[in-house]
Amino acid sequence: MAGDGTEILIDEKGKRTDGRNLDQMRPISIKVGILKNADGSAEIRMGRNIIIAAVYGPRELHPKHRALPDRALIQCFYRMSTFSVGDRKSPAPSRREREISSIIANALNSVAFVEAYPRTTIDVYLQVLQADGGTRCASLTAASIALADAGIPMKGLIAGVAGGLINDTAVLDLNNIEDQKGSGDVPVGYSPTLDEISLLQLDGVFTIEQFEETLKLSLKGCTDIHKIQKEALKAKYIKIRDEVSVEVENLVGKTEIKEDIKEDIKEQDAKLTESTIKEDKEKKVEEPPLKAPKPVPEESKKEKVPEESKENPIQEPSKEGEDKTEVV
Amino acid sequence: MTDEYIISEIEKEYMLALLEQNKRVDGREVLQYRSLEIETNYIEKAEGSALVSLGDTKIIVGVKLVLGTPFPDSPNSGVITTGAELSPIASPFFESGPPSEKAIELARVTDRAIRESHCIDFAKLCVIPGKLVWILFLDFYILNHDGNLFDAAVLGSIAALATAKIPKVKVTGDEHEVLEEKVPLEIQHYPISVTTYRIGKKLLMDPTFKEERVTDMRLTFAFDEDDHIVSAQKGNKGVLKPDEVMPIVKQALEISKGLRKELMKALPSK
Repeated sequence: MAGDGTEILIDEKGKRTDGRNLDQMRPISIKVGILKNADGSAEIRMGRNIIIAAVYGPRELHPKHRALPDRALIQCFYRMSTFSVGDRKSPAPSRREREISSIIANALNSVAFVEAYPRTTIDVYLQVLQADGGTRCASLTAASIALADAGIPMKGLIAGVAGGLINDTAVLDLNNIEDQKGSGDVPVGYSPTLDEISLLQLDGVFTIEQFEETLKLSLKGCTDIHKIQKEALKAKYIKIRDEVSVEVENLVGKTEIKEDIKEDIKEQDAKLTESTIKEDKEKKVEEPPLKAPKPVPEESKKEKVPEESKENPIQEPSKEGEDKTEVV
Repeated sequence: MTDEYIISEIEKEYMLALLEQNKRVDGREVLQYRSLEIETNYIEKAEGSALVSLGDTKIIVGVKLVLGTPFPDSPNSGVITTGAELSPIASPFFESGPPSEKAIELARVTDRAIRESHCIDFAKLCVIPGKLVWILFLDFYILNHDGNLFDAAVLGSIAALATAKIPKVKVTGDEHEVLEEKVPLEIQHYPISVTTYRIGKKLLMDPTFKEERVTDMRLTFAFDEDDHIVSAQKGNKGVLKPDEVMPIVKQALEISKGLRKELMKALPSK
C-alpha cells in the first residue's frame, strides 16, 4: 500500500493533505444540549465530520426479558445518514454500523454507573450527518458528553480519536483520504481522568514500535479532546447559571445591589455634591443619568446597614458551591 | 412500546379553554406559524442540503444524485425517491427499525408536493434517453419532533433542492464520464404545504407536538405560486363535512403565500 498515494498524503515539509502537522488533530467543536426532546444531547464537529448524539433514558426496556436485573442496559445505535458520504449510503443498517454501535456501547458501559438503574435501558443514538473519517471516535466523544448531559452518573468522560500510519509515519486523527489510502489506523477511546482505555481497534499493518507510537499519539489526542469536552459541558451550565442569576437578581435584586453599590453610592454622592458645587451650570447634560440611581441607593442604604453584613457572606459561598457541583 | 404520548386531561382542557378564546398556550394566533429558520448547504457531501427549524421542530434534508436506468414508461426523465426517517433521536416515541407507517405517509405526501408541482424538470435529469438518468434521492431525518412535520418537511425539501447542484456528464457514444463541474438544479416552482388541524370545531395551524396530540383531523394542501393546489392529504381518524373543505382551502392558500415569502427570504439569493 505504501506505494500509491502515500507521497501525496505527507509533503516534504511534513504537512498533510489538509495542511496539518503529523500530530495535529482537526479542529473540534462541541455543543451540548442541542435537542429539546432528548434527555441529553450533543453535536460534535471534528473537521468535516458532523455527528449528533442523543440519549434517552434510563427508561423501560422492551422486550422485557432483555432487561438486566442488577443494572441498566446501554444500547447504542450508530447510524450514517444517506447523504453523509460521497456515494449515497443505503438507509438499512449495515454490519459495520452494528459493530460500531456495540463497541461504543461497551465503552460507555465502563464509565456509567449502570448499577444505579436496574432493569432499565439507556439508549444512545448517534446520527452521522456528515462523515469524513474517524466517525466512530467522534461519536464516542459525543456520546459520552450526551450521557453526562442526560444526568447519568459517570466515573469520567471518554474521548475518542484515531491514530494511524501513513508511509510508516505515525499520525494523529486520520481524515477520510488518509483513512482509505494510509496503511492503518488505531481508533482509541480513552478516559484521561480514569486512565482507562475503553475502546481499541486496529486495522492495517504495524510494527510493534509503530503501534506503540501511534497509540501514544492517540492517547495524547484523547487527553486534549477531554479538555474540550469538559469546556463544552461547562459552557452549557455557565449559560444556565447566567440566566438564573439574572432571574435571581430580578427577584431579590435589592439585597444584592446593596453591597456592591454601597460604596459606589457614597462616591457618587460625593461627586454629585462636588460637581453641583463646582460646575453646576456647565454639566447639566451629565446630571440626569447620575440622578437616576440616586433614589434607589438612598432607600437601600438605610435598610442595608444592619442586614448586609449577615447576608453577603452567606450568599457568596453558596454560589461557588453550585458552580462546583455543576461542573462535576 | 407505546408510540403515542398521552396528554393529561388538565393540559388538554387548558388548551381547549384557550382555543375557545382563539388563544394558544405559546401565545400564538390560531393560524400563526412559528419562526422559520433554514440553513442551506449544511452537508458538504450532499448535492444539496438544508437544516430547517420550525419552532422546535428540526429536520435535516439531504439530496444525493446517483446515475441509474430510467423507468421503461418514462425513458426521458429522471427519477425522484423521497425517504423520511423518524429517527429515534427526535422523540422518545420514535423507535429505530424499518420505516413506520407514519414515516411512509410523511415521505409520500412530501414527494407528491414536489412531483406534482413540477418543482424540478425531470427531463433535465436525463443523460442518455432510455439508458441513463439521474436518480435524485431526497432523504430527510427528523432531529427534533415538535409537531407539524408535514409542512416543515416540504419547506426543508424545497430549500435543499433549490441549493442542489448536478454534476455534468460527458457522453461519448455509449461511454459516459461524470465531471467535476456542477450546475445548479433549476427550480421551476416552489410548492408550499399548509396543514390545517382541527380540534373540536376550532381550526389551527402549525401545532406543537402537544397540540397535535389533541387534534382530531389533519388536512394538508400544497400550493404552487400560481395558486394551484398540487396535492392534498387528509390524515388522522377525524372526518370532514363537505362544506368545511373550501373555507379551509382558501385559508390555507392565503397562509401559503406568507410562508413562501418566508422561505424565499431564508434561501440564499442567487
